[in-house]
Amino acid sequence: MTLYPHTMTQSTPASEDPPAGTSTEKRPLVELTNVNKHFGSFQALTDIDLTIPEGQVAIVIGPSGSGKSTLCRTINRLETIDDGGSIRIDGEALPEEGKALARLRADVGMVFQSFNLFAHKSILENVTVGPIKVKGLKKAEATKEAMTLLERVGVAQQAKKMPAELSGGQQQRVAIARALAMKPKVMLFDEPTSALDPEMVQEVLDVMVQLAREGMTMVVVTHEMGFARQAGDRVIFMDEGRVLEDTDPETFFTDPQHERAKNFLGKILAH
Amino acid sequence: MNGFFELFAEYDVLGAFWMNIKLTALAAIGSFILGTILALFRISPVTSFRTIGTAYINIVRNTPLTIIMVLGVLAVWGQLKVEFFGDFDLNFFAYAVIALSLYHASFVCEAIRSGVNTVPLGQVEAARAIGLTFLPAARIVVLPQALRGAITPLGNTLIALTKNTTVAAAASVAEASGLMSTMIEFNPDLMIYIFLTIAIGFCILVIPMGIVTTWLSDKLAVAR
Ligand SMILES: Nc1ncnc2c1ncn2[C@@H]1O[C@H](COP(=O)(O)OP(=O)(O)OP(=O)(O)O)[C@@H](O)[C@H]1O
Ligand SMILES: [Mg+2]
Repeated sequence: MTLYPHTMTQSTPASEDPPAGTSTEKRPLVELTNVNKHFGSFQALTDIDLTIPEGQVAIVIGPSGSGKSTLCRTINRLETIDDGGSIRIDGEALPEEGKALARLRADVGMVFQSFNLFAHKSILENVTVGPIKVKGLKKAEATKEAMTLLERVGVAQQAKKMPAELSGGQQQRVAIARALAMKPKVMLFDEPTSALDPEMVQEVLDVMVQLAREGMTMVVVTHEMGFARQAGDRVIFMDEGRVLEDTDPETFFTDPQHERAKNFLGKILAH
Repeated sequence: MNGFFELFAEYDVLGAFWMNIKLTALAAIGSFILGTILALFRISPVTSFRTIGTAYINIVRNTPLTIIMVLGVLAVWGQLKVEFFGDFDLNFFAYAVIALSLYHASFVCEAIRSGVNTVPLGQVEAARAIGLTFLPAARIVVLPQALRGAITPLGNTLIALTKNTTVAAAASVAEASGLMSTMIEFNPDLMIYIFLTIAIGFCILVIPMGIVTTWLSDKLAVAR
């Protein structure tokens, strides 16, 4: 049983056929070029250049205030970036505003630390609202797909309940289902387990591991070392708005290059 | 007791109150629609819309209702000769409904906006993240929650509107307060009965509104 059957079968649009000889190369799904972000005079992101190829699970890690959330949020333009930089999703530049932006946003699933399920809608409606209102699916079809997704994240029993009636772990799994219902090309997770009671962390990580196994492209801000090692292909260590290290998980955890990375690892491993 | 019978026999007290009820109902609908649109203006990402919304609120909310009513009748009807209905009474009734709607829309807008403030930012971000644009996100996610959070101030606005329908007397609409003036003029001996009739009449209209507001606001509260 797969969580997300669409990922592996997506093909590049005909108009953007990769040049011959690069067919074994994974196509870049998320490309950040020269991304800078100021909040007033404070610079939250500095010179970020990142390419996330299809199917990669990139773990973003770093001290509080280092810009991890901001990075995530710029990727689906919940935050704008400074002039001069660019962000491309599957080759397409993020549009400024309006319908085109909304359409591209639907390609980027986002899971928040605080779940953010629509509080006045049932679990099922939370998952169907996007497909119905954004993609124009028929209600019956959207419901069928939503139930399949809820089944797979293990909360189908709760479909009729309201978000506040679910545990944090269940809510977060619904939030993942809600994002997946849009059939996104890439999923962003901003500390998806850090607001959860410890006993609920694993159930959410299990869903994410499964998703990673199925080939979903993921950017995951997390301090869960176990998850990073098990599912991560790459670790991006951020500090003061810059990418300080960018390597594979094993190398990062066993042999960090920068003093700041060592300090940081020392702190979180001590816990 | 006889005083009451005399009044009800001689004057169309119920008819006058019925007029207040009609004014309330129509102006409630009008001000709710306009107020919601204004609230959307005020939370819009487009700066000029926000400016328009803010300007409307500041001007209309700070102008006395009587002035708006009289301005409509004297300027728009009297000078510009704008007529909604050929029938004299119906035309002034329409003026009264419009003036009441325009005025209370600013309070509805502020009530809804206070409701919007009860909706966590994360709800909007989640809506945007699944690809909803501003209006669908407002309609599907923000307003339904904002309205539930705004029931108490909306109820208060409705109560104020009900009482403010008496200002329609300034537009010669035959409603309860106008009838009160007439009754006092012709039956000054029944003064106390007249006052009680009108006061009790409004209490009967308004008290249930307060009760229903409280009940709804508990029942519809969004659990977070
Ligand atoms: N809307 C904002 N306005 C002003 N400053 C902001 C805003 N959002 C974030 N910042 C600042 O940008 C910096 C990076 O914030 P960000 O939330 O991206 O950090 P983070 O790495 O996610 O931290 P944490 O681990 O605490 O979540 C912080 O110093 C923060 O104070
Ligand atoms: Mg953060």
